[in-house]
This record gives sequence, C-alpha cells and structure tokens, in this order.
Amino acid sequence: MNALAATLSTRAYRLGRRIFSRPRIDLPLAVALCVLAAIGLTVLYSASDLNNAMLLGQATRFLIGAVLLVAISRIPPTLLRAWTPWFYFLSVGLLLVVMVLGEGRGATRWLDLGALRFQPSELLKLSMPMMVAWYLHPRRLPPRWRDILVVGLLIVIPSALIVKQPDLGTALLVAAAGVFALFLAGLQWWKIGAMLGALAAAAPVAWHFLHDYQRERVLTFLHPERDPLGSGWHIIQSMIAVGSGGILGKGWHHGTQSRLEFLPEHTTDFIFAVLGEEFGLIGVLVLLALYAFIVGRCLWIAANARDTYSRILAGAFGLAFFVYVIVNGGMISGLLPVVGVPLPLVSYGGTSAVTLLAGFGVVMSIHAHRKWVA
Amino acid sequence: MNPRRELPDGRTESARFGRRALAGLAIMLAALLVVAGRFVYLQVYEHGEYSTRAQANRVRLRHLPPPRGLIYDREGKLLADNVPAFRLDVVPDKIRHMDAMLQRLSAVVPLTDDDIRRFKQSLKQHRPFESVPLKFRLTESEMDRFAVNAWQFPGVSIQPYLTRNYPYGPEFAHVIGYVGRIDENDLKRLDPDRYAGTTHVGKTGLEKQYEDILHGTPGYELVEVNAAQRPLRVLQHVAAKPGENLYLTIDERLQRATIAAFDGRPGAAVAIDPRNGDVLAMVTVPDFDPNLFVNGISQGDYSALLDDPDKPLLNRAMRGGYPPGSTIKPFIGLAGLELGFRNPSDTVLSTGTFYIPGYSRGFRDDQRYGAGRVDLVQAITQSVNTYFYSLAYKMGIQRLDAFLSTFGFGRPTGIDLPDESGGVLPSPEWKRKISREPWFPGETVIAGIGQGYWMVTPLQMAHALAALADGGEAHTPHLVRATSDGPDSPELPVTPDPPRQLTHAPADLAAVRQGMLGVVYDPRGTAYGLGDGFPYRIAGKTGTAERYSRTTNAYNTDKSHAYLAKRHRAWFICYAPADHPQIAIAVALEAGAWGGSDAAPIARKMLDAWLAETPPSQRPPVPVTASAEGTVAGVPVTR
Repeated sequence: MNALAATLSTRAYRLGRRIFSRPRIDLPLAVALCVLAAIGLTVLYSASDLNNAMLLGQATRFLIGAVLLVAISRIPPTLLRAWTPWFYFLSVGLLLVVMVLGEGRGATRWLDLGALRFQPSELLKLSMPMMVAWYLHPRRLPPRWRDILVVGLLIVIPSALIVKQPDLGTALLVAAAGVFALFLAGLQWWKIGAMLGALAAAAPVAWHFLHDYQRERVLTFLHPERDPLGSGWHIIQSMIAVGSGGILGKGWHHGTQSRLEFLPEHTTDFIFAVLGEEFGLIGVLVLLALYAFIVGRCLWIAANARDTYSRILAGAFGLAFFVYVIVNGGMISGLLPVVGVPLPLVSYGGTSAVTLLAGFGVVMSIHAHRKWVA
Repeated sequence: MNPRRELPDGRTESARFGRRALAGLAIMLAALLVVAGRFVYLQVYEHGEYSTRAQANRVRLRHLPPPRGLIYDREGKLLADNVPAFRLDVVPDKIRHMDAMLQRLSAVVPLTDDDIRRFKQSLKQHRPFESVPLKFRLTESEMDRFAVNAWQFPGVSIQPYLTRNYPYGPEFAHVIGYVGRIDENDLKRLDPDRYAGTTHVGKTGLEKQYEDILHGTPGYELVEVNAAQRPLRVLQHVAAKPGENLYLTIDERLQRATIAAFDGRPGAAVAIDPRNGDVLAMVTVPDFDPNLFVNGISQGDYSALLDDPDKPLLNRAMRGGYPPGSTIKPFIGLAGLELGFRNPSDTVLSTGTFYIPGYSRGFRDDQRYGAGRVDLVQAITQSVNTYFYSLAYKMGIQRLDAFLSTFGFGRPTGIDLPDESGGVLPSPEWKRKISREPWFPGETVIAGIGQGYWMVTPLQMAHALAALADGGEAHTPHLVRATSDGPDSPELPVTPDPPRQLTHAPADLAAVRQGMLGVVYDPRGTAYGLGDGFPYRIAGKTGTAERYSRTTNAYNTDKSHAYLAKRHRAWFICYAPADHPQIAIAVALEAGAWGGSDAAPIARKMLDAWLAETPPSQRPPVPVTASAEGTVAGVPVTR
C-alpha cells in the first residue's frame, strides 16, 4: 500500500516537474495564437459595444485555455494516447447527460455545473480526432474496410447525439474531424469516392430526418430573399455588413450593422461579419492568412511527429480547425447555410475557446516530443 | 504499439502522411481561396450596393407634416385653426392578427364600426411598415387607459398631431368647407412627396380651393434607428414650412347677423362690396357643423344630413338655382336702354294682361287691371310685368341673352370656390340641348320677368347687382383678401381680376337705379318702408318667383301666407348707400310668400349689421340731406 502510494506520488511529482519545467512550446504557433486571440478580443470588444464584462470573461477563458495549453504541452503524446479512450467516453457520456437534463435556448446543448456552463459537444471537437487516431494507431494503414466501419461508428454515434440536440453544424464539424483523421491515415482515394457516392445517395434520406428549422435554414440559404425577416435576415444582414465594409472597413467600432443590432448574433457566430464591416477586406485577408498559417504550422508539426497517433491527431485537428474557419467564413458571406458555427478563437464563447486551446496544447506536446531527425 | 514492429512501416507511412497532409492542405487552401474570393466580391465589386443597403438600414426618413395655414375673417377673427390632439396609430407590419388585436383594443379604447371600417380602408392605401391612423382625437381617459395597457399592443401607439378646428362651427360651413381624411381619390391627384405624413386634405370650400397654399411644405428628419426601429438620434432636421394663412373678405359679424335673420328658413344670401368684389357675407341656410367631417363623420350623422329634406349640405349661395323673378327686371330694363330699344322716358300701357300679337294666351300683371301708363322708373318701382313683357319681346331672346350674359348670368361668376354653378340663362341654344321642342315666343316674354327656364344663384345675382351699383363695372367676386406666410409675416394682398366695364351710358344706369330707389321710397314701391330709420338710402328690387307654372288662366284667390310661401320663392336685392354703394345684397328665400315682405327684412338686417353697426371709423359719411338727388326723371322720393 505504502509502496503504491510512494510510486503514485513519485509519478505525480515527475509529471508535475515535467509540466512546470521550462515550456518547450512551438514559438511560431504560439505567437500566431496570441495574435489571433488579440484580434479576437479587439473585434469582440467592438461587437459587444464596449462591454467590459464580456471582454474580461473572454480574456479569462483565453487565460484558462493558455494555462491548459502549456500544461498539456508538457504531457507526452504517449500518455495522452493512453488517456484518449477515457476522454472520448467521458465526452460522449456528457453528451448523453445533456440529452437527459441539458438546457439551452431552444436546443439542449448546455450543461450547467454550477459555476461552469459548457457545451459537451465542443469537447468532441478534440476527443473525436484523438479517438480515431488512437484506434488507427496500432492498425495497418491504409485502413481496411473493417477498421473503416469501426471508425465510422466512433464518428457516427456522438455525431448523431449532437444532431439530436439539435446542432447540425457542430455535428458536421465533429464528424469532419474524425473523417480527416481517416483521410490522413491514408484512406484510399477510391474508397473516399465510394463513400462520397454513398453519402450523396443517402442525402435525400437524411433530408427526411432533418428538423423543420434545419430544412428551413437550407432552403433559406438557397433563397435568402424568400424570408427576409425570418431566417434570411441573418444572411442578408451579414452580407450587408461585410459588403458595406469595403476594402478598408468602416473603422473599429464604426460598423453600423452590428452597433445598431441589424446583425444578429454579432458577438458569437456572426462576429466575422463585424470584422469584415469594421476592418474591410484587408482585415478579412489578414485573419484568413493567420488561420492558414496556424493550420499550416499544425500540419508541419504533424508531418514531423513521432508516431501515427501524433501525426493523425495533429493533422486532423489542424484541418478540422480550418474547416471551422471556412464554414464560418462561408456562412457569413452567404456561401454556405447558417449552421451556427463559431469563428474559432474570435467568437464569444468559453467552451469552444478553451477546448481549442487545449487542442493546440496537444499539438504543442506533439511538437515538443517530435522525432529528432528533421 | 511495439516501436520495433512499427519502424519498417514508419517511413512509408510518414511519406504517405506527408502526401495526405499536402492534399488536405491543398483542399483547404482551395476552399480558403473560394471564401476569400467571395469576400473580394462582396467588399470590392458589390461594395456600393451593400453600402447603400447598410445606409438604408440605419437611416429612416421621418416626415414632418406642415401645419395647415389658418383662416381669418376680415377683422382678424380666427375661423379655422389647428389644435393639438392625439390619435392612435397602428403599424400593420407589427400586428400578427389584426382582427384579434382590434377586438382586444376596443375593450381598452372604444372603437366604432366607422373607425374600423375607415381604418381598414386606409390600410390598403399604406405600405405595411407605414403607420396607419386608427382613431383620431382621443379623449383624456382613452389616452390614460391605452397608456396603461400599451404593453399588450406592440405596433399601436399614441401620436400627437394637429387637427383642424372650426371655432364658428356651422357659420362658415359652406364658405370655408372642411378638411377630411385623405382617401383613395385624393391619393390619385395629390403629390405623394408633398403629402407624406399628412392625413387630411381640403375637401370642400376654401379649404379645397386654396389647398395648395394652405397645405405648406413638409419637412423631414433623417433619423438613425436600430434594428428594432427605435430612433437613436436625428441626423438631419429640415423643418416643415407651415401653409399660408388666408384673410377673408367676409365679416364674421355680418355673416352671423345674416344667418340670424334667416331664422332657420332655407335660403341663401350673398353680400358683395361693389367697389372691389369683396364678398362680405355668403350664407346658406340650413348649414351643418364642418367639425363633424374633420376626423371622419359617423355614418349616422352623415345619413342624417343626407336625409334632411332641407338639404343642409347644398351650398345654396352658389349652387342653388332659383328663378330670379322680378329681380331680373332692372337688368332687362338696362338692356332695353343700352341696346336702344327704349328711352328712360318711354312709357308702356299696362292693362293687366299682355298679348303677343297673333296669340290668344295672355301674360298677366300683378295688378289685376294693370298699373296704367308707366315709364322705366315706375315699371321697376311697381314691378310692372307688361313693361318688361313687351321689352323682352321687342328685343328678342338673342339680344336679351347677349346682354345679360355680360352681367354674369348663365355662367359661374368665377368666385374662388370650387364647384360653382352657372345657373341657366334661357336661350334657344340652351333649350335645344335639353329638349326637342323649339323655342316659343312666349318663352321670350316670360324670360323678361325672370320666369320660365331661368336659374340664378344668389351669388350670380349679388354679382350682377354689384356691377349695377358700381357704375356698370363688374369685379369678379372673391373671398380671399390677402395671404401671409405666418402670423408675423406681412399680409400679401391678393390682386383681384381687373374690372370689366359693362355699360356705356351713365344716364341709362341712373334711370334704372332711380327705379330701384323707388322700390324702397315710393309709396307704390314693392318694398316701401324698408328704409325707415336707416341712415343711408337703399336701392332695391323685390322678386317673387313662381315655383310652379300656373295650370289655369284664372286668378288664384288663395292669398294665405302659408300657401303662397309654398308656391313662391322670395327674392330681394339691394345696395346701399344708394349714391355711393358699399354693399350689394342678394337674398333668396325658398319659403317666402313675397319678396318685399319676407326677403327684404333679411336684407335690411344685413344692412343694419354692416352699415349701421360698422365701427365708426369704417362707416361712410352720412349724407346730410337725402334730397340732393331726390328726383331723377321726375320721380319723388319719399323717406
């Protein structure tokens, strides 16, 4: 008993030393993330109409996320890999809890743990690629049909739970993270083609199971003017905000669309439109370039990772991160339907920011424990 | 799991991963380029379009309706003003179930069926985001009740506005008219920019005639609003320019005295200043309260007015056509002199009946055996029909018409009021239009005494008389003396039309005027005694027109007043002071037995009000001796 306690305490001591010793994080990625957070806070302060409480709340979450990032970056990927199934099942379990007693505006996405309210579905954005990477790590790659089927189940079960909430956008993004892992594992192109074909065939069936409001969103996306005061309002007002911003923008806190509340959800899902309105095309391109750099850096770290798990995880996380950006950007510019996807690290929202920074902590850890060949 | 087993695979796997990562990155960058391209499209190519829409989003144009111009009488009494009131406005866009909302609302603010009917009508005329008035002139308690319950009625609000008010009520109903809510017909002719935000427009009378200058120029405000349309600040304010004020020629005192003189008997009277055409009084009895119409008259009130047998909505003074009867005689006489058919001293023998040569049907005098041999002055004084029968017959209808039309008979006088009637000047051309029958010589004869097809409005009569009184010079009658831009701005006189000279021989005119003096001062005159106690001399002429033509040749023996009042229309025309006329009056009484006994006293009361009760500063000098021109053409004048 004593020996076990001693072993445990020694282990905890070593782990603690590892975590709190001089951080070995990837500087370019860290700087890019800091710049992104700074841009995010600047835009949020304007979008919230100089609301100090919101600014401080978001900054606090960034700090929590940063601490988590540094902490996780000290944990070796082997250990993370060992914890992966627990994390995955914990997040899926939380999804089930949300289904039973969750709360939220019209949709049950939120879990209220006293001081902490969070969306378990956001956790899946990290646990999903981890789990798929964990499953594929010991297998022969490219994956065979049997493995594809298992991975498919790992993806579909939580995604279906999130669709039930209902939150189609997050479900698709969570699934995308898993699919990217499969893709990076070297899934043959012809299999990809076959699955895409099957998906296209299944689309009409899926349409049948969509909620009315989800169908509405898709229809409104196809014809925004058909309901200019209802669902189409978001898209129209967002495009007006972006379009009226022009090349140079209207200037910080001079965006009339957001300040006068024509733009709905302007601190959360539609914050990109605020940026587009106030900082113009220049601001949009700078932000997109910053995201591209972050994703590129993630893929570079993945390519230099030591094992399959790390490679697949870092790569899938990076690509999924990019998908969030593209889906959000497509949504606010009227290219894609309104799917309620936040702009990563810019939109106001705690769970998303903390989870993403934790994810970058994993990427940092993979970087810190990369193979020493380069 | 075993690194040793993994290693051989590791390299190929790593290479494969590298290719996949590049492929993934390429796909992502392609998607990124699409998104970036979309932003370029929106922010560079479509920038202008979206800028406009962003501006349209946040800036609302708020119309500021101009206050309507005020209307004053000759002495500066306020006849039409604007008073602050409150109304209930509804924005249809914000109401989901209109009928249910109206149902609930009527429990808070009583809504009549009229209110709801009119509201639904105006709903069709407005775009859904424009506010539509539901109920005007809320009472204090209605406003209080709504204020407490306002939270239940999003999209319904209390709006302050200015409503038209006519302090003198019915007194000027037929002159000033009234404003009413803009309806579909109004919308077709009104300039939408000038009437944006305005709810009322002149419907009748001066309110309609002078709509253009009474209305004013609307202002506007550019207001920045948020998505809830809540105004945040005013970006630009352009004040409305109030409508111009009107100063009328009408004197409220005279108007009131005239109405009182009628004592409710249907009829009309017009008084004109012969020197310039100023209309001093224009009265129609019965009248109605124009205030009822301002915010929408109720169905009940309206049908009461329509069903009234006395037709209070008919503007008798300028639309009521009456046969002029004997009041036309001075003009026929003047025509005879001017056209050279008679001299003032020429006499005609009145035997009681006039026959057209070759016809057996007789045309009667009022006196059974005639008035004997009379000249023009006596013919007018005693209203001798035969004199005018023979004169009209001699002149012929064409010449008679040509001359009388210069005095304005048979066509509108051109007064500044809408929808004036021109009456009927009987002529063969006119008859051809309404009937297949030819013109009979007998019709010429009775036209000479103002019977037959004749229709004259009191306004036409007053206008013609004024020309007679003013030395044959006709001034177009008018009601508006001056306008002004505001209470502090100077009055700008309205330039009247230039006068037209209608007669050429002053002696002809003098003879006719002498005959009219005789009517009042000769003991045989038909209005003898009317001038008693009046400081100035009055020249007048009575008229008693038949409402129905006689069916038999026999004299009617029923002389009772009630019977005659049913059959006759009583006229009296006069001007005073006779030597330098300042007022010309025409009175038509629908239920008068005789012009002299029934219509003339009304005219006398008007003269009293105008000349005897005029403030001394405006009173003409009283002639010391009235006998200076006491005899013209040998007729003695009695007082």
